[in-house]
Amino acid sequence: MMDNKLQFIDLADSRGLKNDRPGIAHFEYSYKAEITNVYPLTATEKLYQIQIIDPKERENFNFKPGQFVMLELPGIGEAPFSISSSPIRHGDLELCIRGVGKMTNFLDRVQRGTRVGISGPFGTHFPVDKMMGNDILLIAGGLGIVPLRSPIMSVLENRSRYGRVDIIYGAREPLELLFTYQYGMWKQFDINLDIIVDKADDKWTGPVGLITEILQKRIDSGSYDDFRKKTYAIVCGPPVMFQFVCDMLTRAGLPMERMFVSLERRMHCGRGKCCRCNIGSTYTCIEGPVFDYWSVLNLKEAI
Amino acid sequence: MIFKIFQASEVETLFELLSVNRIVGPVEKGRHVNGSTLYDFDVVYDFKDLKLDYGQTIHSAKNYFLPYRENLCTFTFENNDWQKHVDFGAYQAHVFFGLHPCDINALNKLDKVLMGDLYPNPFYGAKRSNMFIVGHSCLPTPSCFCHSMGADSVLGGFDLFLTRMEDEYMAEVRSARAYHILERLETREATHEDHLLFRKTASEKRSLFTCEVDTSDLTKILDMEFESEVWKEWGDRCLSCGTCANVCPTCYCYGVEQEVNMDFSHARKVKQLYSCNLVDFAEVAGGHNFRPESSTRLKYRYYHKHRGFVEAYEESLCVGCGRCGEACLADITVPEVIASVRGSEK
Repeated sequence: MMDNKLQFIDLADSRGLKNDRPGIAHFEYSYKAEITNVYPLTATEKLYQIQIIDPKERENFNFKPGQFVMLELPGIGEAPFSISSSPIRHGDLELCIRGVGKMTNFLDRVQRGTRVGISGPFGTHFPVDKMMGNDILLIAGGLGIVPLRSPIMSVLENRSRYGRVDIIYGAREPLELLFTYQYGMWKQFDINLDIIVDKADDKWTGPVGLITEILQKRIDSGSYDDFRKKTYAIVCGPPVMFQFVCDMLTRAGLPMERMFVSLERRMHCGRGKCCRCNIGSTYTCIEGPVFDYWSVLNLKEAI
Repeated sequence: MIFKIFQASEVETLFELLSVNRIVGPVEKGRHVNGSTLYDFDVVYDFKDLKLDYGQTIHSAKNYFLPYRENLCTFTFENNDWQKHVDFGAYQAHVFFGLHPCDINALNKLDKVLMGDLYPNPFYGAKRSNMFIVGHSCLPTPSCFCHSMGADSVLGGFDLFLTRMEDEYMAEVRSARAYHILERLETREATHEDHLLFRKTASEKRSLFTCEVDTSDLTKILDMEFESEVWKEWGDRCLSCGTCANVCPTCYCYGVEQEVNMDFSHARKVKQLYSCNLVDFAEVAGGHNFRPESSTRLKYRYYHKHRGFVEAYEESLCVGCGRCGEACLADITVPEVIASVRGSEK
């Protein structure tokens, strides 16, 4: 009778994750990384420098601007975060995180030296290579500057390969502005940086109002032809901002397939399995988070 | 494809031959208030408990390959560091005895998402690779609409499929393992008469369906009717309890939570099947909810099953087993929802 016993197939010698097929054995694999430094940027956001510990793994960690990682705090939780550092730094990452939920509030209290898990990189990216030779317009609202910092760094490092570069950044109030220590450097690289706030404080000397006002000025200073033929735009911000900004850009002549947005959704896996990030049935973790505006228009409830 | 014929009574011999393995099959689980028998999948130790003439089980068999709760990994903490230990949670092969075509089709659809090229899920794969499936023909219950979803017959994904034809079985043999086991039964080759009888049985089954869904142009109609008022009406009825996802053979979405031991020496990362109808399904940190109303969540469920999955794989994610409608506390059924969206209620 024993020959009817079905032979157990041990898939990918699962127990030790020692298999060479990274696809299946690495599903639940995370690179061990260390929080090497924590900078407070504002009252609620901090910049975490996180380094993958193994030098080989760190060197082989290749990502493109706009992609995200899953950051795991063992015993606490795992969540997706956009990478804010330059791709040339490989697995020496910077993540800008607001303390807002269970996991991020825990993260808010950790000290440097804490060991965490990193998996990824996941998702689509801003096509910074394809954008070479063109003007670039980066528009960020609030925390939207976080996923934009990686393409900004990438453009800075290859400044000669791009035409006019503008960053338009809106925040609720001056104290909420992120990466203030870098504005001087960005300007030195011949980048036009326009910042607008909703509500000024005593020290604020810049403009007050909506991001669309600055954008209108930028549109008026360029030609329809330039927008139609040699401009790329990257937009990221709160859901309400997308529609206004993208509509304005479309009217200014920018083709939809040259306008990129980065969307935020809840994620529990980052690998197209948990469905939490689905828009319709498009996985934000696989087909996004970076979409061109044409794809967004075709997604119900995307923005 | 190889076909064999054997006497209906031989199915017990088949069960005994396979019973050196763990067998999962339909068993009786009590009575409905209306007097009918309730069935569900469970481990079967005795052939007498196996109810091959069941109509539909309450749940699908997914707990055996997509467990409701599953450990994704455990962590051990020591000296300000941690180690991660992963176990795919499969230790032995399972025989699934008596799955209907809808449930085998459901597995084939899950394979496309969970075992495709992109990040194949080893937790599912480890169990799926260790299944021996004996399918069994069925007769439609009043809530079955598998015929409309093209899931009333199954082309692959099983080892053996048994079609009951009068007092005999026609067995479709799809694996060498199944072939070798059948060698030990008293079988004969299928004749021309058997082939005719098979077709007659199939058309008799088709004539018994009482429930239908019109799926023609459904992907487009769902897009056109995205803002339709009917979604709000269904949303008002929906209790957002997630029971439909619980019984569905193809619902695979999940949530992950971590739990730390009382002495802080260990932690576990636990995956739990979820439902897109639950209120916090699409809520992000900071409190923004992308689908705050029950109507948008119910609508999303239909968009995923009947539109998005069709776009990606050219087939629906719904197999028409009717379990969600039977289990729904608010009596929401797929055929009624789709008919109302099409504007063709009776």
